Amino acid sequence: MTEWRYWLAEQRGTLLSLGIFIVMFIIYTSNHPAGLTANVVQTASNKGVLLAFVAMAQTLVVLTAGIDLSVGMIFVLTNCLASWLVVGTGIETAVGVVAVLGTGALCGALNGAIVIFGRLQPIVTTIATGAIYFGLALLLRPFPGGSVNEHLADALTGKLFGVVPASLVVLLAVVLLVWVPFSRSVLGRAAYASGSSEIAAYMSGMPLLRAKFAAYTLAGTLAAMGGLFLTFFTYTGEAALASGNAYTLFSIAAVVLGGVSLYGGRGSAIGAIFGALAFRTIGDLLFVFDFDPLWQPLFQGVVLLLAVSLGAFGLFRVRNRLDWFQ
Amino acid sequence: MSDTTMDRLTSRMPKLLRRADPAVVTAFACIILLLFLGSLYSSSFLSPAYLLQQLKVASFLGVIATGMMLVILLGHIDLSVPWTVAVGAMMGCAAAAYGPVGVALAVPFGIVCGMMIGLVNGIGVAYLRIPAMIVTLATNAVAQGLMVVYTGGFSPQDSAPDSMRYLATGFTIPGIPNAVIIWAVIGAIMVFLLTRTSFGRSVYGIGNRERAAYLSGIDTRRIVMTAFVIAGGLSAFGGVLLAGYASKASQSMGDEYLLPAIAAVVLGGTSILGGRGSYLGTVAGVILITLLQSILSVMQMPEAGRQIIYGVVIVVMLLLYGRTPANR
Amino acid sequence: MNEAAPLLRMEGISKRYGGVRALEGADLTVSAGRIHAILGENGAGKSTLIKIMAGVVAPDEGRMAMDGRAVSFASPAAANEAGIVCVFQELSLIPDLSVADNIVISNPPMRFGMIDRRAQRRIAEEALARAGASDIHPHALVKDLPLSRRQMVEIAKALARKPRILILDEATSALTAADVSKIFDVLKRLRSEGLALLYISHRMNEIEELADECTVFRNGSNVATYEAGTKSDNEVVEMMIGREYSHVFPPRSSLPKSDAAPVLECRNLSWTDRLDKISLSVRAGEVVGLGGLDGQGQRELLLAFFGVLRGLRGEVLINGKSVSISSPAGAKQDDIGMALIPEDRKTEGLMLPMTVRENLSFSTLDRVTKGGVIDRTAEQRLIDDMVRLLAIKTAGLDIPVGALSGGNQQKVVIAKWLMRQPRVILLNDPTRGIDVGTKQEIYQLLRKLADAGAAIVFYSTDYDELIGCCDRVLVLYDGAIKRELVGEEITERALIASALNIEGEGAAIAGEARP
Repeated sequence: MTEWRYWLAEQRGTLLSLGIFIVMFIIYTSNHPAGLTANVVQTASNKGVLLAFVAMAQTLVVLTAGIDLSVGMIFVLTNCLASWLVVGTGIETAVGVVAVLGTGALCGALNGAIVIFGRLQPIVTTIATGAIYFGLALLLRPFPGGSVNEHLADALTGKLFGVVPASLVVLLAVVLLVWVPFSRSVLGRAAYASGSSEIAAYMSGMPLLRAKFAAYTLAGTLAAMGGLFLTFFTYTGEAALASGNAYTLFSIAAVVLGGVSLYGGRGSAIGAIFGALAFRTIGDLLFVFDFDPLWQPLFQGVVLLLAVSLGAFGLFRVRNRLDWFQ
Repeated sequence: MSDTTMDRLTSRMPKLLRRADPAVVTAFACIILLLFLGSLYSSSFLSPAYLLQQLKVASFLGVIATGMMLVILLGHIDLSVPWTVAVGAMMGCAAAAYGPVGVALAVPFGIVCGMMIGLVNGIGVAYLRIPAMIVTLATNAVAQGLMVVYTGGFSPQDSAPDSMRYLATGFTIPGIPNAVIIWAVIGAIMVFLLTRTSFGRSVYGIGNRERAAYLSGIDTRRIVMTAFVIAGGLSAFGGVLLAGYASKASQSMGDEYLLPAIAAVVLGGTSILGGRGSYLGTVAGVILITLLQSILSVMQMPEAGRQIIYGVVIVVMLLLYGRTPANR
Repeated sequence: MNEAAPLLRMEGISKRYGGVRALEGADLTVSAGRIHAILGENGAGKSTLIKIMAGVVAPDEGRMAMDGRAVSFASPAAANEAGIVCVFQELSLIPDLSVADNIVISNPPMRFGMIDRRAQRRIAEEALARAGASDIHPHALVKDLPLSRRQMVEIAKALARKPRILILDEATSALTAADVSKIFDVLKRLRSEGLALLYISHRMNEIEELADECTVFRNGSNVATYEAGTKSDNEVVEMMIGREYSHVFPPRSSLPKSDAAPVLECRNLSWTDRLDKISLSVRAGEVVGLGGLDGQGQRELLLAFFGVLRGLRGEVLINGKSVSISSPAGAKQDDIGMALIPEDRKTEGLMLPMTVRENLSFSTLDRVTKGGVIDRTAEQRLIDDMVRLLAIKTAGLDIPVGALSGGNQQKVVIAKWLMRQPRVILLNDPTRGIDVGTKQEIYQLLRKLADAGAAIVFYSTDYDELIGCCDRVLVLYDGAIKRELVGEEITERALIASALNIEGEGAAIAGEARP
């Protein structure tokens, strides 16, 4: 009984976002003209998975009490890169995938290095590096184009056994192979600790710098994973500024909906994934209710604004006003 | 000991030099360097007509960067610039569709709309204590949503009325574009505000140490909120001018002003952590960014290269000036 | 009396912070299987000694030996390695992690390259059980626990490191009586298991119950070590006093008539668990000191007056009228006229990179502005007055205040408030870390201000100052006023006795001095 309670408390944010997602998804499918079919689920999951990867990336950085405003641009850059590299024979394709992910890791590592060792503020740093990454993307794809290994693309965006969306399986694999080991490693714990109380973590002798660096680098890699999937999804690469900005913004919304604290130290990438899926579904709800798609950006903006305002309620518990000025 | 010898040394230097921020000096040195490089490339680079044209282009960024500077001095940031600029431009143009009253109120209406966005930002940051970056990103998204709905649903007038065109491109004093005069006036007001008023002192105080400012009996929340309102108004005013310059308002017109505005402020020596910086530096930063853009476009540098150079320049300059102290 | 060779021996340890001597040739011997209590008033050098032992700071001079072998610790981790673990007063737990995560934080059990959560839980449960806190669930988040439970987790965390020497620095200050007795059982068991325990506390009754031997510190060195129970409270207090008097204090003026209406008064002021029904009144011309050991609610009381604390219960009156002050901005208004010289001048009193001028007039901007615009002549006039009055030494008004010496910085903090000519002046340990000369000037100034009619509340961790400056001293203990000392009653002996809350002896001592 009590075991349950602690588990529940620990997973509250994640479960809440799962709940929001399920409710939204039920509303969505029950009003969808086609209903709950494998195809509807496949399309929804393909769109959701893109944001889920970027939201996971954002989670890693936010956990350390930082922020990465360049995730969207890494996403766009790796999309452009993949449209050049992930082609040809099986081996060429494999090398291409590795190169794309490696580029993402490099971008993340650069952010991390500047923030941690250069001691610059994460916001300005990632805005500036975001410009660099976008510039590189434009360099790669001044005009939309390119191609991708279509066999791979179709396999990963299709259905397994005619029912299960392959993209969801990949997402699950990444969670199990990347997020779970990280969150249970010493580095992962140090990342949480650095976001929760940097001084206490320092006093406890945790590897703070390495943990933060790992978080930024891993974030870049996950954003690249998203970029890769965008390429599989669209078969092309496009250096779209608006799409980069939107993904950065949505990743923050997903993280907040997913119960990850923007002050760091609390939350889980799994929560952020459900946050991303929920946010996507909320956005798509307007379609099934025959709203003018014009309302979608406003609707998403308001959801975001409400979500971040929720965090302010802790303020009313502050008893010593000096605690406002940490 | 070393402190006092330093003081003695510096007190012998001329006042102006002593007070000059190395970042501001560097920024001006870079401007001269850019002008020199430009003149090697094309002889027309140093002609008065070209320089005046640059100054006019710079004044749009200058107005926007003024608001950004105020917010950064407090140790916050305003990421809602892109759509606040667009809102100012689009609302100004839209108001002009409502007869002569609308035309007369076009400019103030655009600015007021921007101030409303600033007000939401300010309440979020000062009273709800949500990180500025997050609130302003969110209001940016809401502003975008509003504009998309408004233009899509109501197809408002998007061509700029004469008043806006006159402000941006007309001449009141022969030879000097109105935009430049406006920037100069706004700049002068900002310098006055920052150096001569209790509001300005409070801004620097809060930026340096909000805790100490609060314990000194300053209503820090009101000051922070006011600063965001002013920043919103200035961004929108920048949008109004841009619409006048381009003769029409468009949705994405603010996108290319966020990064340059932050860059101009930071390159001018204003600390991203707040509390330190002079308006002179921001002027230098604005001119520097504008010249950089101009040279890159004269050299026919593609957009890609421009973005990369921007990013690199900002990171490098920040690494030189903007680092937080080690060993917290 | 020692069966074995001492576990840890420290000899001739000295440490200076800038010009301030914290430790001077201090010695300490710690033996296995004993509980060793350390006593001393504020600033006697106790915490510096512990920090050196735990590897947090390095000594300037002196030797340390464990099991007869010389050792030196470069970091807390190195000290932990050697078996010295400290439970700090300042909590070092990470709030968003679970109890179990925190307990194993420095050395989690690993399996396949990941933290083994099952083993971690087992270790945590063992450690919690050893600490007598098996009621705490290992999966609970630290931030959801009340302060007293967190302290138990802190102790369990220390025990999980398998210490040979366990240092408890005011470890019981946040605990309830029930927890304290549990902890005592645990500590006694640990002693029987052969651990050496170093126990720092200001609660004499705890020390009496627990300690095998005691060492008294005074002025940065150990003055006596004795077997517990061989000295009376009175003798212990005797050993703790006797600081060198180095300050000259201005003579007290005759007290204002006691029927004069108080300027500042509060009734039953309570706040969370830090302030407990405090009632006091301060008349014009009076300097009222707040005494007691550090952290007994003195700071909170000053912040409460100044409108910083929320959820305050009780009543505050200014000139007999009930007021509600909800911010420093409200406290400084003319109808209240309050000023607070805050605790830390670097983060709360000054904006260090800003100029002396800007700092001086920062609190008074509303008085020197017309329509929001600063009247520079009026500002200059006020600043000149203050620079003269306080004799602030500065190379100019337009240099950063951070370039001034500590003493002059503190003068700027005081001056910026005196500009408003406040009626009530609250001072939070204003002489900490400044030179003797400036201290003297501040004492003179306080008296001068009181004579001019200000009501002054003065918190100091230096008993000397309370004795020298104050007309009355209120001694706080656990957030409540335990004793009021008036005039000649204010002696070091009485202050220490009442700060330690030694009921019988303290009352007797205070009683002796009463006319």
